[in-house]
Amino acid sequence: MPANRFNGHTDYGIGLGLRVPHYAHILEKKPVVDWFEIISENFMVDGGRPLEVLDQILEQYQVVQHGVSMYFGSADKPDRAHLKKLKTLVRRTKTPWLSDHLCWGSVDGTFTHDLLPMPYTFAAAKRTAEKIRQVRDYLEVPICVENVSSYAEFHASEMTEWEFLGEVVERADCGILLDVNNIYVSSKNHDFNPYDYLNHVPHDRVGQIHVAGHTKFEKYILDTHDHPVLDPVWKLYAHATKRCGVTATLLEWDDRIPSFDEVHDEALKANAYIGGARAAKKRAAVTAS
Amino acid sequence: MPRPASRPAGLKPPPKHAPQRLHTTADLRTLQRLMTHVLVRPLTDDDRLQPKWIDGRPMAQVAAEFIKPNDRLTSFERLELYNRMYWFRIIDSVYEDNPGLRALLGERRFARLVRAYLAKYPSRSFTMRNLCARLGQFIREEPRWTAPRTAAALALARFEWARTVAFDGEARPVMTPNDIADAPPARLRLGLQPYLSLLAVDYPVDDYTLAVKERDALRGEASHAVEHGPRRATRHKIPPFRRRPIHVAVHRYRNRLFYKRLEAPAFRMLEAIQAGRTLVQAVAAAGRGVTAEQVRDWFATWMELGWFCARPARPKNPRK
Ligand SMILES: [Fe+2]
Repeated sequence: MPANRFNGHTDYGIGLGLRVPHYAHILEKKPVVDWFEIISENFMVDGGRPLEVLDQILEQYQVVQHGVSMYFGSADKPDRAHLKKLKTLVRRTKTPWLSDHLCWGSVDGTFTHDLLPMPYTFAAAKRTAEKIRQVRDYLEVPICVENVSSYAEFHASEMTEWEFLGEVVERADCGILLDVNNIYVSSKNHDFNPYDYLNHVPHDRVGQIHVAGHTKFEKYILDTHDHPVLDPVWKLYAHATKRCGVTATLLEWDDRIPSFDEVHDEALKANAYIGGARAAKKRAAVTAS
Repeated sequence: MPRPASRPAGLKPPPKHAPQRLHTTADLRTLQRLMTHVLVRPLTDDDRLQPKWIDGRPMAQVAAEFIKPNDRLTSFERLELYNRMYWFRIIDSVYEDNPGLRALLGERRFARLVRAYLAKYPSRSFTMRNLCARLGQFIREEPRWTAPRTAAALALARFEWARTVAFDGEARPVMTPNDIADAPPARLRLGLQPYLSLLAVDYPVDDYTLAVKERDALRGEASHAVEHGPRRATRHKIPPFRRRPIHVAVHRYRNRLFYKRLEAPAFRMLEAIQAGRTLVQAVAAAGRGVTAEQVRDWFATWMELGWFCARPARPKNPRK
């Protein structure tokens, strides 16, 4: 959705992930970019250069926080010290919304630093939604949860991934960061139709979209973020924006990162795919007036 | 290759079997505990998931209990993907943080050390920044991974961890000469910045790490150059890492990393300050033969570098 309560009623355009190899370019050249997504954990530090860079970026750009370690789906309780650090950062960036993944990755305080798939069960959905609510209440900022790429499924699952996503976000009353590349990757790894997924998510809860590149292997696809976005993913993206409306979109490029301009140009390709959604938006505006 | 201890520190034992149904959060935790144990299980020598589970059963049987196969991958192979990704990710992170230690031990020995270390001490923090917090401790506990260069390896591990701390560790408000102008030196106790590490080590770790950095930069250039051959490789050699005790402070100034060599008396004085001694006691700790002028110079430099801050508040009832 363009602007809704899950993205703080903002209408951001096409953004980029803020990455270390681009710091110097951005700070020197100050390129025009709609917004930057930062990885929260990179700035949940006590001092030094990372926060200095962040403050300079914040002076010039709109910034949204994206986390990789909240692990809403872990059975463990949210860690107080972690939440406190995150809230300090939320106050610093004034992020209009905050995203993290619908996954787990730690148990008994041991961290895998991975985004591990959930067993799609009602008990897991209930627990995950509870944690999302707790985190949101503490941080006082809207939350969008992101679907992850996965390479395994559990026997214990009781529903499809999109049903699980729906179940969690309805229970938590939170938003969705829809990663269309992750949908594509998982659809290939688990043999489902990605359009079924897109058609079934609650569209009015989508606050942000991710696009990224992936890598094909003989028997599976990996979500590597080290390539331009592939055609079938752009097509899914076009379909998603038709369903959800023109939504804040972000390109993720995390490995073998090319020049800033190359990454930016890749992100701006999104414009070519949202024509249908833009036309629909205009029609709606005309009808309303 | 010697196998590391079987149970990683901090992890509770895995369940005997995967839960068949997940009705509660406890069931979810059981499943997550099992899968975490699989992921943190050390890879085989050819980077595969170990064929046997902790209890001796075939891993394929354990995997099939909770992971669905598909028509291309077995349950075992699907879990193996995660097992490999887990290890490659954390190994990469330790590699990045320890270029000096890596150069000292060479790729193969360093890889074995890292794997043994992470098998015993998996991450207990939400950020990979803290992965090496216990590497020094591990090198001391299990010298076989670094022998006969354990002392040198330990010095480098401590130094490289100090760099992480100096990079983004906490900075407290700096004490200025004005703040302490009226304080009597016999009662004045100062704090040192949390990002600052004082290291007394038996090897010139700072010079060595800089030489490694220079070599790596040259190698990077060489790999971009059209012509490069074995002749260039010899020019990249790092000078041998010989025993020569040094005192060094690892710190940051205007958010850039610096290493500052210290004379032994200056180091003792700083250590005394860090330990909570008064200024008069700290000067005494520097030892005889130190002139008042030297102390004044040192102090002025440290003040300028912003090393002094207020001491952190003491916990209540410290005598209990
Ligand atoms: Fe994503």
